[in-house]
Amino acid sequence: MTSPSASWNPVWDLRQLLAYPFMVQAFAAGTIVAVLAGAVGWYMVLRRQTFAGHTLSTMAFPGAAAGLLFALPGALGYYLACGVAAVVLARRPDAHDSQGGIQSARIGTVQAVGLAVGFVLLAMSHGVLGGLDGLLFGSFLGVTDTQVWVLAAAAAAILGILVVVGRPLLFASLDPEAAAARGVPVRTLEIGFMLVLGVTVAAATQITGALLVFAVLVSPAATAQRVAGRPIASMVLSVACAVMIVWLSLACAYFSPFPLGFFTTTFAFLAYAAARWGRLPRRRAGAAVVA
Amino acid sequence: MTILLVSIPTFLALTAIAAVCGLVGWFAVLRAQVFAVDAMSHFAFTGAVAAVAFSIDPRVGLFGLTLCCALLLVALGGRGRVDDVTIGIAVTWVLGLGVLALAVVARGGAAGEGATAAVALFGDISGIDTAHAVTAILIAGAVAVVLVAIARPLVFASIDPGVARSRGLPVAMLGLMYFVVLGGVAAEATQAVGALLLIGLVSAPAGAAHRLSGRPYRGMSLAVGIAVGSAWLGLWVSAEIPSVAPSSAIVGVAALAFAAAVLPERLRGRRRGVMGSAVPGPR
Repeated sequence: MTSPSASWNPVWDLRQLLAYPFMVQAFAAGTIVAVLAGAVGWYMVLRRQTFAGHTLSTMAFPGAAAGLLFALPGALGYYLACGVAAVVLARRPDAHDSQGGIQSARIGTVQAVGLAVGFVLLAMSHGVLGGLDGLLFGSFLGVTDTQVWVLAAAAAAILGILVVVGRPLLFASLDPEAAAARGVPVRTLEIGFMLVLGVTVAAATQITGALLVFAVLVSPAATAQRVAGRPIASMVLSVACAVMIVWLSLACAYFSPFPLGFFTTTFAFLAYAAARWGRLPRRRAGAAVVA
Repeated sequence: MTILLVSIPTFLALTAIAAVCGLVGWFAVLRAQVFAVDAMSHFAFTGAVAAVAFSIDPRVGLFGLTLCCALLLVALGGRGRVDDVTIGIAVTWVLGLGVLALAVVARGGAAGEGATAAVALFGDISGIDTAHAVTAILIAGAVAVVLVAIARPLVFASIDPGVARSRGLPVAMLGLMYFVVLGGVAAEATQAVGALLLIGLVSAPAGAAHRLSGRPYRGMSLAVGIAVGSAWLGLWVSAEIPSVAPSSAIVGVAALAFAAAVLPERLRGRRRGVMGSAVPGPR
């Protein structure tokens, strides 16, 4: 097989891109992950829970290690690890912790403990985890049909939940006190969102690795919230931006010798940089009141 | 040296790094910026890999890139304060560059000794020799001197930047100095003991210390004490249970200390009913 090279004819390029089934599946999985992460990430950025999202995405490591040691079926390990971490992270915040310092320490501790547990589990199973680099930096390649369907089902469930709780969650994220006064179950939404974030990350990391998931969770959402003002428009922009980043980076990675992770993160950063320093309108999302 | 459980250089370097992680962590928790420390450890990883990829001195790559990224974060944040979204975006991009560097290393067939993700994450404390230990202790000493010297204004600027600025304190400058110090600690700790120990020893002991005491100098001493105690106890645990690596054991002990500091308050709060209405008691 000769290495693929891009021509100036987009139709021919596209046909080349989709010539192999593994690329079709990569596009399918990548698109699902992008739509899911674009939407969930929008709330994550709005709620300033980026560190929690990052920590959840590193739970891929203990998740995979647990799956290996206990021979868990499918991707159960990922869901367990992310679920446990999400529950710990969603604990009631400290009464004295007005600046969020203790919460920040707690997130860091959860990450360290998760990695440490993963390390111990890995040592106990005497196993070599199929490439730690792949687990952390991953790609969309080597996805099976079943995985795509499971991912699609998880994405449909999560997006369904978001559609139902979207409005109250927005209210609770922007102004928790006013929302609570109006009878919005703020505390339940907080816990629920952390679990949604955990499940999203668990569903995606097993395919894409920790880095790619986090890149499409945070950057498109941050970009969209800098550019668009209205919540719905901003959310749609976030999803569109995530999908574009994933498609572009898959195409670039296919035609070049460089890794996918580099392209995805670079495009994600460029989108944010354009929104921040470009000559785009500088309105912030309704979110502006939070900051 | 069976009393120390590890060689003398390893023991001394680990103790120095733990102490300085506790101290830096106290400020990180005060500023609610533990994510910045985590970010720095990722920068250090990229720096180490990039140094191998472009065959420059690893120390130069490591410290150079980490400090550059620290300055970049400050520039992105403005006013010496960076929010978590900005940190998240910077982290992903720099890690992406690290992935590129890893690919270059793999292609060049250069022995990526010491530059793999596994070593950067979990470290290898048995690899610390006398020269490493001297470096670690010197850096830790310098960091401690700088932090103690600027402690008073830095605490003020961290708690209430607005008032501090109006009193004429150079808030942005203090934030910058703090980030440079943080970059130095992260680079040193990541290459000596790994990112896992860095993030564990920065967040857990400092979280516990903030919970136990609201007074700055007492809190700092507590954080340092808990961090060093966790390191020593962790070494012992790891010697007793060989399947648990030293770094994992140390993180475990530190996390237990944090949990022990947080739980009593939590139980009391529950008895009192609504947590949110609890009056902040004497710390």
